[in-house]
Amino acid sequence: MTLQSLAQILASGLLMGLIYALIAAGLSLIFGLMDVVNFAHGEFLMLAMYATFGIFAATALDPVLATPIVVGAMFVLGAFVYLAVIRYAMRAKANIGMVQVFATFGLGITIRGLAQHFFTPDYRSIQTSWLAGHTLDLAGIFLPVPQLFGAVLSCLSFVALFFVIRRTDFGRALEATREDAGAVALVGIDKNRVFALGWGLGAALVGIAGSVMAIFFYIHPDVGSSFALIAYVTVALGGFGSIFGALAAGLLVGLVEAISATVLSPSMKAIGIYAVYLVVVFMRPRGLFGNL
Amino acid sequence: MLLEVSSITTTYQGLVALDAASIDVAQGEIVVVAGANGAGKSTLLKSIAGMERPRSGMVMFQGERVDGLAAHLVTARGIAFVPENRRLFPRLSVADNLRLGSYLFRREADREAPIERVFALFPRLRERLEQRAETLSGGEQQMLAIARALMTRPKLLMLDEPSQGIAPKLVDEVFEAILATRRSGLTVLLVEQRLSESLEIADRGFILQTGRVILSGRAGELRDNPEVRRAYLGI
Repeated sequence: MTLQSLAQILASGLLMGLIYALIAAGLSLIFGLMDVVNFAHGEFLMLAMYATFGIFAATALDPVLATPIVVGAMFVLGAFVYLAVIRYAMRAKANIGMVQVFATFGLGITIRGLAQHFFTPDYRSIQTSWLAGHTLDLAGIFLPVPQLFGAVLSCLSFVALFFVIRRTDFGRALEATREDAGAVALVGIDKNRVFALGWGLGAALVGIAGSVMAIFFYIHPDVGSSFALIAYVTVALGGFGSIFGALAAGLLVGLVEAISATVLSPSMKAIGIYAVYLVVVFMRPRGLFGNL
Repeated sequence: MLLEVSSITTTYQGLVALDAASIDVAQGEIVVVAGANGAGKSTLLKSIAGMERPRSGMVMFQGERVDGLAAHLVTARGIAFVPENRRLFPRLSVADNLRLGSYLFRREADREAPIERVFALFPRLRERLEQRAETLSGGEQQMLAIARALMTRPKLLMLDEPSQGIAPKLVDEVFEAILATRRSGLTVLLVEQRLSESLEIADRGFILQTGRVILSGRAGELRDNPEVRRAYLGI
């Protein structure tokens, strides 16, 4: 293997890793906030991809320009899901963990079923877009422009997320609610509002990923499940609830996937991911950055 | 009256914790609520703070009903509550805990207004600003909890057993701070096991027994009451 092909593998891995990190960030944010694993996270991704496709099909608006619209819509969807479903699941008197699992799992199945009904199981793709098909030649390393765009958006999103959490009132309220949701009322914070905004933010983050991925992935009702599985591994690897753990773990997953696709075979790339996951969980059950 | 609790009944896990209890607190007073464990003292404060829902009865604050309001709205009305276990945000810094106290205010000037007064009451908090709240000693945590409550700029401060689990030297400091906040115009409703000390700083008191108010009066009267002396002061 030449140095150049090694660099190519690492670059491709990092680009995809940043997108994985973006998908995982929303999942980790929601988990950290309220100890709920959103098993409908993959379906959120799928809806964002369909939304991007739908906007393109209806108005020919390029996915790059549709991104803010999709992200805004996903924010509203996330907040709505909390207010309409999760809030009630949290009131369970017994077995609250299972109630939450079934609530989000059921929500995922429902969304997928509705997508199959309304969008049909057909594979869709956005045929012509500004970025599709372009590659950037960086001293012999080829970077596909859509993935590069996704990676840049992912970096910007993490910077913005860091700013929101560390520098804004909402971020401080988010951190306080993570610490003790029952105590925030003592300083006048409405925990339901924080939870709803947290779900909105989590869905918006996966919405960014979805609108970029709509450029270079086939869109179908089941598209979310394989990415959701990677996202669960990423969140567990990074440490449940740690957003920046999700970033580091996303990059690691992207790299391991690219390396095992080359070293083993492309069809075996998932094996590398789960092998690393098992090793990390065996040695550090809380994940790389977990402090549960 | 600043606060009027009329005949509230609150059940807790199926048991009657408060049974038609009534208390009142006038502007500028320090009022102490005492009683044995399980008498309903904490439930009384939680019912006022909106953390427990009374089954019946009324809580009036500044002439408006506050029972039935969500807890964060009660805080916004001007009632600050320091619960028994303090409920700080343990992994956030002291500074962040204080800043969260002023969450309700949008203007920076309103946020910073109480901070100097808080540092004057608890100078040691200023030295601990960047430390995580969980690294403070029990007494310092109690001070931070009171400080955070004061940052909400309340009209009524409710304290549940502020002396519990802290070193005796710091107990005096906490009681001093309660007196000092009253001098600056704040009204205080205090639940305490240490009845003799709290009657020294209080104006009036109520004695709860199994959810009912069995005695009330001026602090001096309660101190001289033979029944109180025997049952609660151990004299």
